Amino acid sequence: MDVNLAPLLPAIQVLVTALVVVGRDLFIDEDEPKGVLAFYSLVGLGLAAAEVAVLLTGRQESAFGDSIVLDNFALFFTLIFLLAAALTILSSIHYVRQTRIHEGEFYALILFATVGMIVMAAANDLMVFFLALETMSIAVYVLTGMWRASGRASEASMKYFLMGAFATGFLLYGIALIYGATGSTNLNQIAAYLLDQPSEWPLYLIGGGFLLLIGFAFKVGAVPFHFWVPDVYDGAPTPVTGFMSVAVKAAAFAAWARILLYKFSPFESDWAFPLWIITIATMTLGNLLAITQTSVKRMLAYSSIAHAGYLLIPIVVGVEWGGMALLFYLLTYSFMTLGAFAVLTSLSEEDEPRESYSDFAGLGFKRPFLALAMSLFMLSLAGFPPLAGFTGKFYVFRSAVLAGYLNLAIIGVLNSLLSVIYYLRVIVAMYMEEGGAEGKSIRQAPFVYLAVTIAVIGTVYLGILPGSALNWSRLAFFSLE
Amino acid sequence: MTATGFGDLTLLLAIPVLGAALLLFLPRRWSAALFSLALCASAGDFFWSLRIFNLFDAGNGDMQFVERVAWMPNFGIQYILGIDGISLFLVLLTTLLMPLAILASWPVKDRVKEYLIFMLLLETGMLGAFVALDLFLFYVFWEVMLVPMYFLIGVWGGARRIYAALKFVIYTMAGSLLMLVAIIYLATRHAQLTQVFTFDLLELYGLTLPFDQQSWLFLAFALSFAIKVPLFPFHTWLPDAHVEAPTAGSVILAGVLLKLGTYGFLRFAIPLFPDAAQAALPSLIALAVIGIVYGAVVAMMQSDIKKLVAYSSVSHLGFVMLGLCSLNLQGVQGAIYQMLNHGLSTGALFLLVGMLYDRRHTRMIDDFGGLWQQIPVFSSMLLFVTFASIGLPGLNGFVGEFLILLGAFAVAPGWTAVAATGVILGAIYMLWMFRRVIFGPLSNPENQRLTDLSGRELTILAPIVLLILYMGVFPQPFLSRMQPAVELTLKRILTVPPALPAPSAAEENLSGEQPDDGR
Repeated sequence: MDVNLAPLLPAIQVLVTALVVVGRDLFIDEDEPKGVLAFYSLVGLGLAAAEVAVLLTGRQESAFGDSIVLDNFALFFTLIFLLAAALTILSSIHYVRQTRIHEGEFYALILFATVGMIVMAAANDLMVFFLALETMSIAVYVLTGMWRASGRASEASMKYFLMGAFATGFLLYGIALIYGATGSTNLNQIAAYLLDQPSEWPLYLIGGGFLLLIGFAFKVGAVPFHFWVPDVYDGAPTPVTGFMSVAVKAAAFAAWARILLYKFSPFESDWAFPLWIITIATMTLGNLLAITQTSVKRMLAYSSIAHAGYLLIPIVVGVEWGGMALLFYLLTYSFMTLGAFAVLTSLSEEDEPRESYSDFAGLGFKRPFLALAMSLFMLSLAGFPPLAGFTGKFYVFRSAVLAGYLNLAIIGVLNSLLSVIYYLRVIVAMYMEEGGAEGKSIRQAPFVYLAVTIAVIGTVYLGILPGSALNWSRLAFFSLE
Repeated sequence: MTATGFGDLTLLLAIPVLGAALLLFLPRRWSAALFSLALCASAGDFFWSLRIFNLFDAGNGDMQFVERVAWMPNFGIQYILGIDGISLFLVLLTTLLMPLAILASWPVKDRVKEYLIFMLLLETGMLGAFVALDLFLFYVFWEVMLVPMYFLIGVWGGARRIYAALKFVIYTMAGSLLMLVAIIYLATRHAQLTQVFTFDLLELYGLTLPFDQQSWLFLAFALSFAIKVPLFPFHTWLPDAHVEAPTAGSVILAGVLLKLGTYGFLRFAIPLFPDAAQAALPSLIALAVIGIVYGAVVAMMQSDIKKLVAYSSVSHLGFVMLGLCSLNLQGVQGAIYQMLNHGLSTGALFLLVGMLYDRRHTRMIDDFGGLWQQIPVFSSMLLFVTFASIGLPGLNGFVGEFLILLGAFAVAPGWTAVAATGVILGAIYMLWMFRRVIFGPLSNPENQRLTDLSGRELTILAPIVLLILYMGVFPQPFLSRMQPAVELTLKRILTVPPALPAPSAAEENLSGEQPDDGR
């Protein structure tokens, strides 16, 4: 057993921060302001990001019997998780006070979930992956239900837990079958087995692969395993929804990319067709159902299903062309989605959530900055240049064309067209309709503005000057070995 | 060509953006200052484009003022700008119309700041699309244009503005997204054949693909441009967008935005896929001619002046497409000339309709009549522009239509004969509208209180009117600058150029002293 803590350094940093937050929380009275906990969390996340920057030298290390690796791929995703956690905490500072969610536990759970995600992206062993997944999932189940006054949140939490447990069953059973066939849970050994005996795979090995596939499809909310997504996203506290739709999804895709796309690439031809169908169904159904929604939050939930569909394109496309596009798209998607949820969070009031289109009416001239930011996020999600969403989609479609999946590119752009309808409806409400809610509390929430500003900068920067992020995505994916 | 860094054209694109950025920091209650700043930015851009015009080498058909900067170097995406005789005048048209449109927006009282910001961003988008020589960059500008226009229609438009704005965006995007896939596919094919991944238009010109691939790619490009032109039957977004848009929006939409469609055919769709384009020419010609006649007939039926002008655009742009599809020097030159003419005369028509609307808040033909007695200056302006629009000899429209018909006759005499009836129909609907609005008894008491054009309004119209006259009498300075670029483009398309009648003979006859040809 080789003990090398370097690969785990960011995870340990976040874990320690979470414990500090929990500990410090004990010494603050129930009625006192607890903003300091958010501050601790942000500092911890910042330190973790700094450690990532130090580790980001292209070194390849593994530890604990090759079950955890340090590579640019893991670090790339770690940064996405840290970013998502930081923006989520920034936009919830005011929200948790409003909804009387217990602050200490809330921040700590976000940090615990982040630890799970970081380990997930670095896991090189199916068992470690599974443990990390559970660490993340259980924290997020609780986060979903943390707004105890809300019946919807409790329902969502229960639903999420049941569905998540169900998906976990698939994953675990898949892992067991793969272990049975290959004699190992270590990804390198499994990959070596797959390469060595391409013709003698037992049927249950392929079955195990497909069970893993189904488990992942559950986790990212791909059709037909998406039924939990709208209710859970809708019921969860808004910042948590943003966190789920970015960080949890990114973590699932990180594991998917490392395990299925990369290590199991000999399987590619076996699941290309079913995955192709899943991808098309996910994009199309997500977009069609998003059009019919009357709540912006629910619309964003369906739109996140649609985006899971776009993210599946590079996975269908395969390891040669898809990897970079997948990573880059996740990066762009993180900024614009977190931004959109931050704006949505900032609208909420003590007793009413303010999530429908009509609540956005007239926002363009009442809250010019928030409305401008929201417009940018919507245009970016719809794929208008020169914003991040466009460059992200461009590289996704490019990967499809390069690999010969012209049909996926065409269906993808037609889906973008569908999505324009509902994203623009938010802009219609903000700028072209009168009335709507008069916000009082928005002024008191400077941190939301900070989160929104960061997201705007990311969305615009990745749209206009994506060069370095693209190269970085490419290096990150090709650091897999 | 190697990297050259940013230059004159970048500044041309940057001036409006800088103006918009400055506007962002001005308080919204200083509306006069906001207007002045926007006007300065757009006028400054116009003067900058005049400088480019002065430095432009008239005898050179290649791209000039080329700028080349690596943008995403590992992915073959560059920032390439350049201008030639085809885009030069379209750029000038854009920079000329924009300050006029801003000046015409003075009556806008509502949310002035955002309005002006969107106008300036729109200008950059349009100019960028005209001068971009990298397909990725072109696509970016092509889409960037949509957003400000969407807002201009949706926020400052008429009663059905939201519907019209959404329809505009959805139609345009439906075409352009497929073009995006085509662009990626084209670059991919280029990479597979030459090992160079690039979106550089001039390099992609050199690629010869098999016919079936060309056909699909051409179809994707052509659909996108045909919607923008708009070519029959993709025109249904246009009347909605025009009628609902604010005056300046209509001016820019008709004056410049539609030209991007025809420009796209000439710059991208046809030269990139010459074989497929030539196979598609008969159908394009047919659609163009159907559009000419259909647009004219529908325009005749309209009771709303603005809608009438909108449908007349469908008809006029049909002429432009007809000229482009002739693929000979006269036809293509005539088409470009007609793009400019249409920009000026239809722009002026929309301005005049807007001025009338500002006074009476109606655009219905039946509400007017006898205006000549009350507002003679307005009426004479309308008369002049109407004449330009129907192609009266001595004014610019005649030169363009004549060249187009001349060029098209060599290719498709039958269709050209049908198209020529569109000229007559055009005269009918325009003059009929003019008669009903301007002549007759001044019966409506509300019309008796109308005031004539103000100094501001005359300032807006004067440059357009003068140019209409100048371009009608002296087409040569324009045509001679287009000629080398058009010849080069045609050479790219037709590897063996067909024998053409001597171009100079045809042009010398066009200086305005034409005998009566039946109109």
